[in-house]
Amino acid sequence: MVQSLDRLKESPSQTAGPYVHIGLTPNFCGIGGVYATDLGATMVNDKTKGERIGLRIRVLDGTGTTLKDALIEIWQADADGLYNSPAEMRGAADPNFLGWGRCPTDMETGLCTFETIKPGRVPFRDGRLMAPHITLWIVARGINLGLHTRLYFSDEEKANAEDPILARIEHRVRVPTLIAERKGDTYVFDVHLQGEKETVFFDS
Amino acid sequence: MPAESGSNRRPETGAFFQRDRTWHPPALTPNYKTSILRSPQKALVAFDNTLSETSGPVFGHAMLGELDADLIHNFARPGESALGERIIVYGRVLDERGAGVPGVLLEFWQANAGGRYRHKKDGYLAPLDPNFGGCGRAITGEDGGYAFRTVKPGPYPWPNGPNDWRPSHIHFSVFGHGFAQRLITQMYFEGDPLIWHCPIARGIPDKAAVETLIAALDMQATIPFDARAYKFDIVLRGRRSSLFENRLEGN
Repeated sequence: MVQSLDRLKESPSQTAGPYVHIGLTPNFCGIGGVYATDLGATMVNDKTKGERIGLRIRVLDGTGTTLKDALIEIWQADADGLYNSPAEMRGAADPNFLGWGRCPTDMETGLCTFETIKPGRVPFRDGRLMAPHITLWIVARGINLGLHTRLYFSDEEKANAEDPILARIEHRVRVPTLIAERKGDTYVFDVHLQGEKETVFFDS
Repeated sequence: MPAESGSNRRPETGAFFQRDRTWHPPALTPNYKTSILRSPQKALVAFDNTLSETSGPVFGHAMLGELDADLIHNFARPGESALGERIIVYGRVLDERGAGVPGVLLEFWQANAGGRYRHKKDGYLAPLDPNFGGCGRAITGEDGGYAFRTVKPGPYPWPNGPNDWRPSHIHFSVFGHGFAQRLITQMYFEGDPLIWHCPIARGIPDKAAVETLIAALDMQATIPFDARAYKFDIVLRGRRSSLFENRLEGN
């Protein structure tokens, strides 16, 4: 025997289930009067700095069917590439931008929309700049552990080409699964849970 | 929106411990049928946390309403309360190093005492309780502690096998300090025989891991003639400390 490291084990995940809205977006599913608003429903105000963009995200299963009971959270830096977080040691982020949003997929269309700003570039661990990106966390019925992926931007070709995380993807044919297509002021992003177009998910 | 940490501790910035994915349910658990078409099949791409994973938003206590942690009353008509077995759920949020984590946003949701959710997709026979919404939230204190009041949720049948029943459970969404700590799980109740029949709970390979999701009845924390108490601790990923890096933290 050796000494114990006295570490605990992380609580195992369980699916968010079909009724995740009750807990995370009660107003969205008709439970009014408990919270004034659903947390994460609004990301920007008039004073938020940066280019206004929309995100239109869908999540598709292995048959190509759009999920109508998923929930997506996003986390991103502000226009200057600073996170509004105590872990951000490089300076103060835009006080008018939390950088976090939450959106359930529409129960009819499966569409998830965010109104946000385009994030600035954030340094990688070694100081090189990562390309602008938004972190996604996806939960739903049938997903046993929340899925982690990133959304990159189609009009950032040069930055994407030098991004250290994108560079880690061995099968280059899969890189486009992380790049949202710009259409006007909106970026369109489909997350494929399975199949030929399966999105790259991360373990980090 | 200035960051309000609710804590005087120095912020921690280290990367999180690698997640032990053998301790979690795998993405594909065929006995839980919905996982079959919703489970990624390709290898996850691994990388050590960057700032995008080690950082996360802060939710201050100021956002909480007076009844947010009281599911017996937060949807009830004035002077009325939810039907069912009155219970208190309490515990601490810890990290893998065993330290209490302050400022964690916990959001809970559950079925009512009859096993029915207030949701248009739930068509179970059991009636809705007009005084029960089924959601609540709390933010952990300095020691990682939290508590809320509710009624014990009922078990219910669900369309998976021809006769599958969910054990009584409360869903927990846990928001730690780093986005890579984000976690959703479920709390089960001591002594519930349905836990070991449940395809969702049994999707967790290790029985000892399932047992960490079973809240213990704590008779010493009950309120006599009012409510029984269940203790449920939650563990989030721990951070690597950086003893031999630039900053001394987390030690």
